[in-house]
Amino acid sequence: MATYLEINKKQVNEEKWEEPFYLNMGPQHPSTHGVLRLFLELEGETIVNCTPIIGYLHRGVEKLGENLNYNQAIVLSDRLDYIASAANNTAFALAFEKLMGLEVPRRAKLLRTIVCEMARICNHLLWLATHALDIGAMTVFLYCFRDREWLLNIYEKICGARLTHTYVRVGGVRQDFTQEIIDELYKFTEEFPPRIYDYETLIDVNRIWLKRTKGIAVVPPEDAINLGLTGPCLRGSGIAYDVRKFRPYDAYGEVDFVVPTGKNGDTYDRYRVRMEELRQANSIIRQCLDKLPETEGEPVVAEDAPDLLMPERIKKPEPKPVPKKGVIFRGADVPVVPPGEAFAAIESPKGELSVYVVSDGSSKPWRLRVRTPSFVHISAIPYMTKNHMIADLIAIIGTLDIVLGDSDR
Amino acid sequence: MEELLNELKEKFSSVIIEVQEKDYPTLICKRTGFLDLIKHLKEEKGFKYLIDLCGVDYLNYPKKNFEERFEVVYHLYNLDSKVLLRLKVRIPEEDCWHHSVTPLWRTADWFERECYDMFGIKFKGHPNLRRVLMPDDWEGHPLRKDYPVYLEEEQEWDTYKKFIQKYKG
Amino acid sequence: MGIEKNTVEIAPGIRQVPGTPVVISPIDKIINWARAGSMWPVTFGLACCAIEMMATGASHFDLDRYGIIFRATPRQADVLIVAGTVTKKMAPIVRRVYDQMPEPKYVIAMGSCACSGGIFKTYSVAQGADEFLPVDIYIPGCPPRPEALLFGLLTLQQKIKREAKKWGFWR
Repeated sequence: MATYLEINKKQVNEEKWEEPFYLNMGPQHPSTHGVLRLFLELEGETIVNCTPIIGYLHRGVEKLGENLNYNQAIVLSDRLDYIASAANNTAFALAFEKLMGLEVPRRAKLLRTIVCEMARICNHLLWLATHALDIGAMTVFLYCFRDREWLLNIYEKICGARLTHTYVRVGGVRQDFTQEIIDELYKFTEEFPPRIYDYETLIDVNRIWLKRTKGIAVVPPEDAINLGLTGPCLRGSGIAYDVRKFRPYDAYGEVDFVVPTGKNGDTYDRYRVRMEELRQANSIIRQCLDKLPETEGEPVVAEDAPDLLMPERIKKPEPKPVPKKGVIFRGADVPVVPPGEAFAAIESPKGELSVYVVSDGSSKPWRLRVRTPSFVHISAIPYMTKNHMIADLIAIIGTLDIVLGDSDR
Repeated sequence: MEELLNELKEKFSSVIIEVQEKDYPTLICKRTGFLDLIKHLKEEKGFKYLIDLCGVDYLNYPKKNFEERFEVVYHLYNLDSKVLLRLKVRIPEEDCWHHSVTPLWRTADWFERECYDMFGIKFKGHPNLRRVLMPDDWEGHPLRKDYPVYLEEEQEWDTYKKFIQKYKG
Repeated sequence: MGIEKNTVEIAPGIRQVPGTPVVISPIDKIINWARAGSMWPVTFGLACCAIEMMATGASHFDLDRYGIIFRATPRQADVLIVAGTVTKKMAPIVRRVYDQMPEPKYVIAMGSCACSGGIFKTYSVAQGADEFLPVDIYIPGCPPRPEALLFGLLTLQQKIKREAKKWGFWR
């Protein structure tokens, strides 16, 4: 990789042109996957220094979450990583359940695992679509969106929303699957693996794809841990760290799956890891579906799950309180949650998503901290882009699989 | 697990104030000597992965049993033994700074910047301590408990106020 | 009248003489007709709604069949779809993208956040894109379904077709 810079340095010195060239990329740029802004210092076309500037989508989710009660805070989690909202819901719900000491019924665990893996497929399909489109493959985009639409339709049958589900709630899930959904999912799991093969035939041995991805943004394993990369980005470097295996949550302890890893830690390996994850996710859904009949008739919400939105309390004719400045919603201020703190992490499709919640005993979290994978991944861009060409920058942003709503919160 | 905690308690008796058994073992540490502890954990004990670094504001927290206003919380993970450890450092309001761990972990860079942005805790030894989420000329630190959720007109950020006045109507 | 007998109405107010390339119409009408048939939005995704915007443009919903083709640069675009939450930090940039677009230009506020701030009534979110942009169409929803966006775009077409005395340097 050093060769780029060396060649460039030589040319620069010969022409006696030493001033660096500054380029601003974003926030409005079709390939930055949102409102990411990159400030580049260039020598010719080689990136010497890259400074990511974020915060263009900072909506104050953490602050807002501290002023809503627990069930309402889950609604905010949808809007963090809006491509895989079911995974975010699960992270929030797990942390709150840990805080309240709730035991989720097994059926709810299985259903959660299914929607989480569906979210993973959705996310990876969208990632593949945009990554391929950035690099120059248009057909993959159309293929992926076709199949993603199928999953979104199933989501719609499950909970009525396409992107922002709020299907997972504190203590379980919103409602049970109907037989129609189970049949549809069986059909999907039957037909999906050949379609993964379809995508692979399009780009797996495509010469342009290989040239654009092999040897780009190599991250050695030690550096990957030091940079805090998680998810497929870490596994591409050969470290099999997966929260689903290391600290199993929901029904991941009872299903059988492989954690795929790469060898070289380059963009191509990360692509291979994600393609393999699509297959694993498909098999996890299948296994969970097979287990569903065992739990027929079980409730899908824990019995002692606090119904934090108490309708009869709202119905009472009360004198209208003067709204305090800066407070949006005042729910029932009943101490239902023991004071304390809880930390829960899940393997979201993008990486490790962890929620740290501190409670003061009221119905609202005192502090709601979300550690999002995209935030950490963007902070790794300066390291990964060093001595690469501008064109590779697009591939690097794609391979990190970032969503700005996730990083800015 | 027990062994590790006992060993740490013995070795860093001047740093560790208290060990709590919560959902994960929690060490409450003093600011002085904290860097030695975390360096020891990273380099000797294999806690190579910093999951999270965040601040918590305990202003007017009910049943608070300590004086300081802020807490900086670290979640460390050992990938080999699969142990998660939580470290907490309490920081008083009037002397609002802490040691930076950016030389140890690159990932701490942005976490610390965010912590500074949101709580105003300064990290000594950080190479580039600027705001990360809010604009550079933003006033106040939003996640502090005395900061409002919604800014009324008189509290509005000046740049934005001028901007919408220019285009309104 | 002779015109009505010898011509066919191909669009409201636009009449063609059959078999010839001759069209009889007020100039307003024909310009509006052409504009409504080729609205080019700029790809400017802000948040969640951008994903639904992409889905609308992709295989299943296929915006191309309405002559709506996404352009990556504001200088070639007619419509700005504000898809997602506009924060105070982002607002000047949204305005700059709008300022770079050539006239005539239209703005669609897609999603609750762009309409009114939505659930994010917080310190960092602009309460609606209409604080600094002249919005033509509001599409509610969080996020709106692709059908809703399609309906919004078709409504904008209706609006463009009805326009009169707005862009009239020929008058």
